[in-house]
Amino acid sequence: MITTGLTLQNIEIALNGRQLVSINRHVEPGEILSVMGPSGSGKSSFFAYLAGFLDPAFKASGTVLVDGKDITGLPAYQRHLGLLFQDSLLFPHMDVAGNLLFALPPEVKGKAIRRAHVEAALKEIGLEGFGSRDTDTLSGGQKARVALMRTLLSQPKALLLDEPFSKLDTELRVQMRQLVFATTKRLKLPVVLVTHDEADAIAANSAIIRLTL
Amino acid sequence: MAVLSISRLGPPITIALLTIPVLAGLIGTVLPALGYLPALGGHGFSLKPFGMLLAEPGILLSAWLSLVTGLSASFAALIIVMLFLAAASPKTISRVSAIMSPLLSIPHAAAAFGLAFLIAPTGMLARIISPELTGWQSPPDLLIVNDAMGLTLMAGLIAKELPFLLLIALAALPQLAVRKSRHISASFGYGRVIGFILTVWPGLYRQIRLGVFAVLAFSTSVVDMAIILGPQSPATLAVRLVGWMNDPDLSLRFVAAAGALMQLFVTVTAFAIWLGLEMIGLRLRAFIAANGIRMSHDKALRIIGVSAIVLPALALFGGLITLAIWSVSGLWQFPDAVPSSLTLKGWVQVVPRLTGPLITTLQLGVTASIIAGLLAVLCLMREDETRASQTFVQRHSLTIIYLPLLVPQAAFLFGLQFLFVSFQIDGMFLSLLATHLVFVTPYVFLSLSDPWRAFDRRFLSVSAALGKSAWQSFVKVRGPMLLKAILSAVALGFAVSAAQYLATILVGAGRLTTITTEAVALSSGGNRRVIGIYAFVQMLLPVVVFAIASLIPAYLSRNRRGLTGQ
Repeated sequence: MITTGLTLQNIEIALNGRQLVSINRHVEPGEILSVMGPSGSGKSSFFAYLAGFLDPAFKASGTVLVDGKDITGLPAYQRHLGLLFQDSLLFPHMDVAGNLLFALPPEVKGKAIRRAHVEAALKEIGLEGFGSRDTDTLSGGQKARVALMRTLLSQPKALLLDEPFSKLDTELRVQMRQLVFATTKRLKLPVVLVTHDEADAIAANSAIIRLTL
Repeated sequence: MAVLSISRLGPPITIALLTIPVLAGLIGTVLPALGYLPALGGHGFSLKPFGMLLAEPGILLSAWLSLVTGLSASFAALIIVMLFLAAASPKTISRVSAIMSPLLSIPHAAAAFGLAFLIAPTGMLARIISPELTGWQSPPDLLIVNDAMGLTLMAGLIAKELPFLLLIALAALPQLAVRKSRHISASFGYGRVIGFILTVWPGLYRQIRLGVFAVLAFSTSVVDMAIILGPQSPATLAVRLVGWMNDPDLSLRFVAAAGALMQLFVTVTAFAIWLGLEMIGLRLRAFIAANGIRMSHDKALRIIGVSAIVLPALALFGGLITLAIWSVSGLWQFPDAVPSSLTLKGWVQVVPRLTGPLITTLQLGVTASIIAGLLAVLCLMREDETRASQTFVQRHSLTIIYLPLLVPQAAFLFGLQFLFVSFQIDGMFLSLLATHLVFVTPYVFLSLSDPWRAFDRRFLSVSAALGKSAWQSFVKVRGPMLLKAILSAVALGFAVSAAQYLATILVGAGRLTTITTEAVALSSGGNRRVIGIYAFVQMLLPVVVFAIASLIPAYLSRNRRGLTGQ
C-alpha cells in the first residue's frame, strides 16, 4: 500500500529524562498540522527532529515517513523538507535571483532555462524584475514572499513552518497566512506548523496538537 | 561525507601542531639544562649548567628586571583598560577602539623603535621643545631609552599591550548586560567608575583572563622590545639568553638552556603573583561593595581613565610618524624639529638589501596565515558537528590551542632550536614555518571563533533543507557570509608571523631573515635613517595586508547592504 503525505510514527523526544513530545500522527497532502505550546514545551525540538538537526543532547525516537519512505536516518540535505522560519533568512550575499537559483534543483539544467524558472517564480509572487535586487532592500512582505518561493522552488515533499508569521505586522500576517496556506493546499503539500499563536492555527483551519510544560 | 572526514582531522592536527613543538621544546630545554647534550660533549646529568648560570654577573638582577617590567606593564595595561571602559561613554569607546585596531597589528619591534625615536634625548619630543623651552643646543646627557630600571621598556609594553587587552575586552563586552548594570548601580547612587567595576568588570575579567595571562607570559619574556628599549647592564633575562645562544663559545649553550628554565620560573612566578593580585582585588571589591562605598564624585578618575589610554596610543602614532620622517630625512641636526632636507637616498640604498628579507617575510606570513586559517575553519566545523555530543575532554581539548601563548617563548624555543640543530633541519623554510604556526594559529583561531560561533545557524538549516550538503553549505553560504571575518583572522595571522622575532632568529639560524630580525639587528648600530626604513616597512606590511583583507569583502559585497552593515 502506498501512502502519501507525512507520517509521524511514535515520535518521542526527551531531555535529561523528561519527556517533552509524544506524537503519533499522519498528515495528508494539502493538510496542515499545528503544533502549539509555550516556549520550552519542546515544539522547537520537534521541529528540529523532523528537519534533521536536533541537538544530540535530546533523546529522540520515532520514524518520519514522507510518501511512505523512511527519512529518519537521512541527513537534513537529503530529506526534501522545506523550512520557513520567522525571519526570511535570505542569503545576504546573493541577490534575489541568486537565492532562488540556489534553491532550484540541479536537475533543472541550462542557464537560460534556470533563469526562466526563476523569472516565472518571481512573477508568481508579484516581484517581476526583482531578480537583481539586493535582498536587504526588499520590504518585510517581499522578503517573506521570496523566502516562501525559495522553499517551493526546491520542490520539497513536505513543509515545516517555525513561527513563520510572528515577525510580520498584523496586516501582512493575514496576507502571508493566506498566501502560504493557499499555496500548500494547491500544491498538495503536507504541512507541519509550529506556533504559539492560536490565530495561525485557526487561519490554517488545521488539526492542533498541544504540547505542555 | 567527505567534509565530515576532513574536518574530523582538524582538531587532532591542530593540537599536534601546537603541542608537539612546545612539549618537545621544553624537553629540549630541560635536557641541556641538566647537562645532557651529547653533540656538545654533555653525556651525563649534572647541575653544572645552573652553577654556570648563577655565576654569570648580574643574573639575578636580569631575572628581577624581567619579572618586574613584565608584571608591572601587564598590571598597568589592565588597570588602564578597566578604568577606560568604566569611565568612557559608548561613543568614546568606539572611537578609541577604532584607533586601537591598527595599532594592534604593528609589530612590537616597530612600536619600540617609534617610541625610542620619540622620547630619546635626541628624539622628536626633545626636538619640538628645544631650544625654546629647554635651552638645549645639544641633546641632554640622559639615559631615557635603555634606562637601567626598565621604565621605558615598561612604557613600550604598556603601549603595545593596551590595544590587545582593549580589543579582547570589547569582544567580550556585548555578552554582558552593561547598560542595565550601569543603570542599576547608578540608581543606587554608585559613581560611574566604581559601579562598572563592581557590577560588569568581574564577569568581563573572567572572559578575558586567558588573554591577560598571555600578555603576562609575553611581557615577562619579551626579547625584541627589550633589546630596543630595555636596560643593557644587565639586560633582561630573555635578552641575555639570546646572547648566550648566539655566542661562538658553544659551552654557553648549557647556560642558555639553564637560563631558559629560569625564564620559565620567572613567568610562573609572575603568574603566581598575579593570582595573589587577583585575590587582593577580590577582597578589595568585596570590601567596597559590603560597605556600600559609592565614590559618586569620580570626575578625576574618569578623566584619568580616558586620558591614560589615549596618551600611549598617541605616543605610538607619534613614534610611527617620526620613523616615517627619519626614513626620508637628509641632514637632521639637533635641535631641529624637522630635517633640513628630504631625500630618498636611504631608500635607494636600503631597498636592494631589504628585498631578500621582505620576500621571506611575505612567504612565511602568507603560508602560515593561510594554513592557520584552514586549520581554524576545520576545527570550528568539527566543533559544530560534534556540538553537545562531546565528552568533557573533547569539549575542552581546543583550549590547548592557547598553550603556546601561555608558555614563555624563550623557554621552549631554545629547546626546539636544539632539536632542529641536532636533526639538521634548522634554517629550513619548513621548520621555520612550523614554528611560526605555533604562534599564528592561536591568534587566528581566537579571532575567527567569535564571529563563527555567532553565525545564525538557521541559514545552514535553510541551506540543508534546500538540498545542499554540509560542504556545499560552507562554500556557498557560510564561507561567503563570514568572508570578512575569515580574511581578517588570516590578516591577523600574517601580522603575528611578520612580527615574530625570537622564533625567526633561533630557528632561521641566520639563513632565513625577515624584516623584523633585520630591523632589531640594526638597533645597536643606531643609523636612524636605515632603522626608520626597516621599521617603516615593518609596520606597513600588516597595514597593507589588513587593507587587502577588508577591501576584498567590501568589493564583493558592495551591493549587499545586509553584509556591509549600513
